[in-house]
Amino acid sequence: MDDHPVLASPLNALDYDPAPESAAVAHLHESYGLFVGGAFTAPEANEQFATLNPATGRALATVAHGTTDDVDRAVAAARRAFPAWSTRPGSERAKYLFRIARLIQERSRELAVVETLDNGKPIRESRDIDIPLAAAHFFYYAGWADKLEHAGFGPAPRPIGVAGQIIPWNFPLLMAAWKLAPALAAGNTCVLKPAETTPLSALVLADIIQQAELPPGVVNIVTGDGRTGAALVEHPDVDKIAFTGSTEVGRMIQRRAAAAGTHLTLELGGKGANIVFEDAPVDEMVEGIVDGIFFNQGHVCCAGSRLLVQESVADEVVRRLMRRVDQLRVGDPLDKNTDVGAINSAAQLARIRELADAGEAEGAERLTSACALPSEGFWFPPTVFTHVAQSHRIAREEIFGPVLSVLTFRTPAEAVAKANDTTYGLACGVWSEKGSRTLWVAERLRAGVVWANTYNKFDPTSPFGGVRESGFGREGGRHGLEAYLDV
Amino acid sequence: MEQVSTTHRIASGSAVVRIPDTASLPVIETEAALRALLASLSGVDAVGAAARAAKLATRSLKQSTKRDALDLAISMVDLTTLEGADTPDRVRSLCAKAWRPDPADPSTPSAAAVCVYPDLVATAREALAGSAVAVASVATAFPSGRASLAVKLADVAEAVAAGADEVDMVIDRGAFLSGRLGQVFDEIVAVREACGTAHLKVILETGELVTLDAVRRASWLAMAARADFIKTSTGKVAVSATPPVALVMLEAARDFAEATGRVVGVKLAGGIRSAKEALRYLVVVNETAGALWLSPRYFRFGASSLLNDLLAQRTKQRRGVYVRPELFSGD
Amino acid sequence: MSERLGVRKTYKLVVNGAFPRSESGRSYEVRDAAGALLANAAQASRKDLRDAVRAARAAQPGWWGASAYNRGQVLYRVAEMAEARREELADQVVAAEGVERAHATATVERAIDRIVWFAGWTDKIAQVYGGTNPVAGPYFNFSIPTPSGVVGVVAPAEDSLLGLVETVMAPICAGNAVVVLASETRPIPAVLLGEMAATADLPAGVLNVLTGRLAELAPVLADHEDVDGLDLAGAGEMRADLAARGAGSIKRVLADDPRDPDAAALRRIRAFLETTTVWHTIGQ
Repeated sequence: MDDHPVLASPLNALDYDPAPESAAVAHLHESYGLFVGGAFTAPEANEQFATLNPATGRALATVAHGTTDDVDRAVAAARRAFPAWSTRPGSERAKYLFRIARLIQERSRELAVVETLDNGKPIRESRDIDIPLAAAHFFYYAGWADKLEHAGFGPAPRPIGVAGQIIPWNFPLLMAAWKLAPALAAGNTCVLKPAETTPLSALVLADIIQQAELPPGVVNIVTGDGRTGAALVEHPDVDKIAFTGSTEVGRMIQRRAAAAGTHLTLELGGKGANIVFEDAPVDEMVEGIVDGIFFNQGHVCCAGSRLLVQESVADEVVRRLMRRVDQLRVGDPLDKNTDVGAINSAAQLARIRELADAGEAEGAERLTSACALPSEGFWFPPTVFTHVAQSHRIAREEIFGPVLSVLTFRTPAEAVAKANDTTYGLACGVWSEKGSRTLWVAERLRAGVVWANTYNKFDPTSPFGGVRESGFGREGGRHGLEAYLDV
Repeated sequence: MEQVSTTHRIASGSAVVRIPDTASLPVIETEAALRALLASLSGVDAVGAAARAAKLATRSLKQSTKRDALDLAISMVDLTTLEGADTPDRVRSLCAKAWRPDPADPSTPSAAAVCVYPDLVATAREALAGSAVAVASVATAFPSGRASLAVKLADVAEAVAAGADEVDMVIDRGAFLSGRLGQVFDEIVAVREACGTAHLKVILETGELVTLDAVRRASWLAMAARADFIKTSTGKVAVSATPPVALVMLEAARDFAEATGRVVGVKLAGGIRSAKEALRYLVVVNETAGALWLSPRYFRFGASSLLNDLLAQRTKQRRGVYVRPELFSGD
Repeated sequence: MSERLGVRKTYKLVVNGAFPRSESGRSYEVRDAAGALLANAAQASRKDLRDAVRAARAAQPGWWGASAYNRGQVLYRVAEMAEARREELADQVVAAEGVERAHATATVERAIDRIVWFAGWTDKIAQVYGGTNPVAGPYFNFSIPTPSGVVGVVAPAEDSLLGLVETVMAPICAGNAVVVLASETRPIPAVLLGEMAATADLPAGVLNVLTGRLAELAPVLADHEDVDGLDLAGAGEMRADLAARGAGSIKRVLADDPRDPDAAALRRIRAFLETTTVWHTIGQ
């Protein structure tokens, strides 16, 4: 006899009241110039554009559109700064980078709010991940600046020269840190081009660079769109291009760099597979799948956008996954309890919608989170497709949004074959309590990063980058120095 | 330029747990069946569990959510005294506190229960007559659990005869760790029978089980043996309730309910002293097991000093100023 | 108007994050380079040394257990604290070593930059000295450097600040805890460094500073069986004897002192690192 019948709870679930971070902390200006030669300067042609808050669609500030002439000025400033910077003792370069790391830590709340306003990512992520990791990258590479001879590239490795660095909109400040920190540690000078839709945190970084009293011209920041980036890539006095973005643009850049003989590293797209074996630690695995695809709204090049699940547990995994997906709190990115924020731009939203519609048209089953969406701004609900075939567009093309495609496999070899059935090769995940099998699979995956029983983990000491059409070169770790050394 | 953020409230974050209407408890007639049940459970990745618990700890409860959660937490407290120096007067004083935690504010809910040693159950029963506050008693050679089954059952019988509504038993951790799972199971079943209509809380002493895999298996063992609650700790060892342990036990209660239709409560005990910690645990409850467990029927805090901090925060929410700790009686 | 009377400071030991006088109650006179009295420094006893080793042993797992990043941040914080007190440090280097003020300032600045240098090593040691090993067979094999544990340091006698920083920071950045016997005649910079470390979130017990008579303390340190390593940089004529005593519990003993500071420092880091190698099967 069971004396314990199930009763409805007398109380509702904890329905979290709004807990918004203050937008005023961002201290935004109305408009921003270009950071060239150690100071904010007016652009050559007075062309401005607005950067939007994707959660509302309203303008946050206007920034300058950098023209070919502006890029020219910035590259010239970097060139002028190079001889002194590259010959400065490593221990002195180190101290500048430590200063920048500390200033990022000191202004972390401001930076987190700026990032969330401009990008649309949840404040929890900008506060707990983007900004601390950006500081950590400067801290880590500061330590390398006076230890380059121990990095495994010979007794006296030399910098390359002027580096042109083009970064994407998904992790604006973090990508700036990934690019600038190793370049500066190695003795290069930089011209950084932030993404068109997310320039603001890089401009706060420019202010930090001023506070750190970095010598003028060592870092220059030129905002603009694809034309500005193209001007940087085509500039004859740029010795090195580092690009993070789409494979399509990467191809164009590689062609140009090939003609000019420029050093090049590329971090491009991906179609990561999260491989779940039947002995996976189930609750942590569900969290890992969710983190893998819904972290940063899926705007992650290494996102686990394909779930490869062992057929014997597929139904149970999808059931648990959907229960968890239904709990995700989608909404105001500044709310501390938001899990999934806004899609970064109208253009990206259109791309996600197009691919999701294609998934349905091609026969996959669409499961969508029950959450309601805000009426203004750019939003897409967390979405899972089941019954996906290898040939479907949603299994092959990078969606770069909160959309997961579920496929099944029967054996480890089949899991590997399906995971590798892509032109990309950035990252994969493996979920199993059996270490031996995890390592067997990891050895066979054609991916630059393999996470085991975790996903989307980043650390300044850990090299990150892709194989095949996900690009070449590594960022992070000892390996990340090579991209900025003439070795 | 835009300065004010807009607010969109969408999902509550609460886990939606689907519990079958009819109960179908696992049939455990042999030790092999018990082992098979426990072996079928997924492992716990300790790193992932800690990360999940840490992420839940970042939830921010504001305004009415915080007020409601503080009241809910007060109503979930098993106000506890388990000292060698306990006396009838001490217990009567505690009962008064549990019944009316803040006499200055009658809207303050009562605590869920008072938890004492068996010899003081009658005193508590008498002091709480007319209240809705339950009397809980530890038993089964608390806290070590090292006595013969006969002694343990006699301990339970004494508590129940004296009027205990709830019995908090300890499992034999030595037997569990040495693999004598059937013995642990049988003891729980026997104690369950000795409880009669009293509810049984089974203390796993997770600080001695150490691994989260062991916590998950012990939770399932106790639930299969018909525990009404699974409870973390005696409060008498160095490590008591922790967020990852709470997470794993709530996952176990959720999965057990979904699999069998029987809802088992979870009690966290030991070392929970601040309202902030208590609210963080309520978030873990909300997002792991869901709304059904957000009730003293299925979730408790075993604590003593926690109650006063909950009262202090409750008063702060109402009056807007921080108050002296001495505003609330020292029981 | 009468001249203000200065407030003098008592220099004490640094043990387990606290600043005790010697349990023995003894002190000894420390004089500056010109022979004037500087301070009555605490004269540590064998019991103080025992307490210091106990504190170091207790603190070491937590220090090593913190992330390498966190250890780097803490050591960098020590440099920040030292920078803020560089005038005081320079005063003491002038007093102890009898050098010109400009020379002392340069020494202090160099010492701070060296702390920064060590701070940068915490998360790179494993990358430079660890690695994977391509064994012939289906095994994933890797080697990780781990700290020896508790390291006893006899600090250089003459070079009261820079020498101290080099000998103390190397084992600490590698994850060890340290008991340092300060220069007997020039102990005050060591005490100051201990104070700075204590306000830089360096966990209590990771750096313990004892002042006193080397002849009394160093043999006890070298004999102590719960000490894992010895740096005998400042042992002078006692070096051979102390190195031999280290054999009693198979201590890692660093007895020489290369000239190139980076090479010497890396040698100091390596001297108190062990290597742990892990084999793991690879198969479906």
